[in-house]
Amino acid sequence: MSRYTSATDADRKAMLDAIGVGSVDDLFAEIPEGVRLGRPLELPAGMAEQDVFEHLSELAARNRHSDVETSFLGAGMYDHYVPSLIDSILGRSEFLTPYTPYQPEISQGGLQVMFEYQTAISELTGLPVSNASVYEGPSAVAAAGYLAKLETKRTRLVVSRGLHPHSRETLVTHAKGYGMTVVEAGLDDRGATDLDALAALADEDTAAVFVQQPNFLGTVEELGTLGEAAKRTGALYIVAADPLPLGILESPGALGADVCVGEGQTLGNRLDFGGPSFGFFAAADKFIRKMPGRIAGETRDVDGRRGFVLTLQTREQHIRREKATHNICTAQALNALAGVIYLSWLGKRGLVELGELMVRRTHYARETLDLEQINPGPIVRELAVRVPDIDGVFERAREAGINPGYRLGRDYPEYEDGLLVAITERRTKADIDRLAAVIGSVREEVPA
Amino acid sequence: MAESYPEELKYHPEHDWARIDGDVATFGVTWYAQDALGEVVFYDPPEVGATVTKDQAYAEVESVKAVSDVFAPLSGEIVEVNADLSGSPEKINTDPYGDGWLVKVRLSDRSELDTLLDVAAYRDLLT
Repeated sequence: MSRYTSATDADRKAMLDAIGVGSVDDLFAEIPEGVRLGRPLELPAGMAEQDVFEHLSELAARNRHSDVETSFLGAGMYDHYVPSLIDSILGRSEFLTPYTPYQPEISQGGLQVMFEYQTAISELTGLPVSNASVYEGPSAVAAAGYLAKLETKRTRLVVSRGLHPHSRETLVTHAKGYGMTVVEAGLDDRGATDLDALAALADEDTAAVFVQQPNFLGTVEELGTLGEAAKRTGALYIVAADPLPLGILESPGALGADVCVGEGQTLGNRLDFGGPSFGFFAAADKFIRKMPGRIAGETRDVDGRRGFVLTLQTREQHIRREKATHNICTAQALNALAGVIYLSWLGKRGLVELGELMVRRTHYARETLDLEQINPGPIVRELAVRVPDIDGVFERAREAGINPGYRLGRDYPEYEDGLLVAITERRTKADIDRLAAVIGSVREEVPA
Repeated sequence: MAESYPEELKYHPEHDWARIDGDVATFGVTWYAQDALGEVVFYDPPEVGATVTKDQAYAEVESVKAVSDVFAPLSGEIVEVNADLSGSPEKINTDPYGDGWLVKVRLSDRSELDTLLDVAAYRDLLT
């Protein structure tokens, strides 16, 4: 069977004759004159294949690639190593090509994988229920806010300034739509969520309190203590976490989280152009009927054999309509598959070893860079430092083929000249030494 | 169970029934409703003390394929709920007029009784 069959003019004529229409234009006869464009679309003429190749190559060459440039850029998505095993499984047509593969009659493999994925997320987050994935981290945060509204019927959400700026913005946007207000608790002088500020904001009308782990600056937050303050007036405690460090950090569920959501990119998904990736969503048992997204379930068929199905679909909008728990009725199945393959590849011990490696290297970076620390407390993979002459550093680093990290001043004016440096297992001691050398060379030139 | 609509009950067009006993009425859904829904898997009873208003939804019944509002045939205050259904929601299918009862309500306006259908009128509605 051919992979692509185009229609010829003869084919088109035969089709038109079959339906008794004179021309393709006649099919649009119903469109009123007043809304017709009346001219061809303003598109440039087609190019020869070779010219297209040269043009696209030229455009592509403007991209910087993290396999070529030494990148310390993090800020929500991280340059971790993705094993080729993932592509070799993802590339199988059974996983790559189907559209909404949820019918149990022909999708047992896909549904089982979703079930395994959900199990892995449950184990990492310490919460018993997980869905089959959502689009990405920030929208998962917004969905958690809606769950809190359904559960408590209150109108206020308290969010730590430590949450990723995109998550905070997305939450504000969605909250407006479902009629809630968002207030922010600031960070203290060690780059962690200010406990007193958070406790003061969590009032009787607060549906949920959000904290991120690690937070945007890379700080490991005191989830247990923050959680107690958050839940005092009956608000839900929602933790937005990066799943990879959860291998070595205490699970949010064990520390009192009612819901744990986050961005899943670090599990087996490359940076690509910032996506696609997946978001995860896990919660305590009592919220299962208020959760968004697809949920795969284990069951028995008529012959008593174990099988997998979608379950609790009556939450979803194709059945529940305006009373659904969310408008999503899909999953990022392929990206979530990459995630569960990655975790299987690492294994529980590998996940811990990876976490310990990141912690060691991140602390090495902290010592070696020897810059004023915005977050001097516990860190696992990212640190925030103040850089004198940050413009100079970026210029010198670019010349040296290094991306030094994320400019915090873009989102946190209080950390002007702040640099967020991410250290994954791909950044070696030598890479860190090179970054330190670049920064050092610029410092030497700063007048005293 | 075979299709049936007990003579002594009063019926609401949204496929709910009422059994009157003094000033307290018991509500449930009819055979037609449970048949249309399919296997009921979840029912979360409303709170005792809550007010129900005639023609308005007071609870939801969830089956494998749908969720349906349950409508109050009459107005009043809920005095008892069928807590058994949390563990055995399928009673709504197997015994919709007996063990599958949903709530008991102290009526606030007996004149509303005149608006309900008797079994013949309800059967007519179904054809």
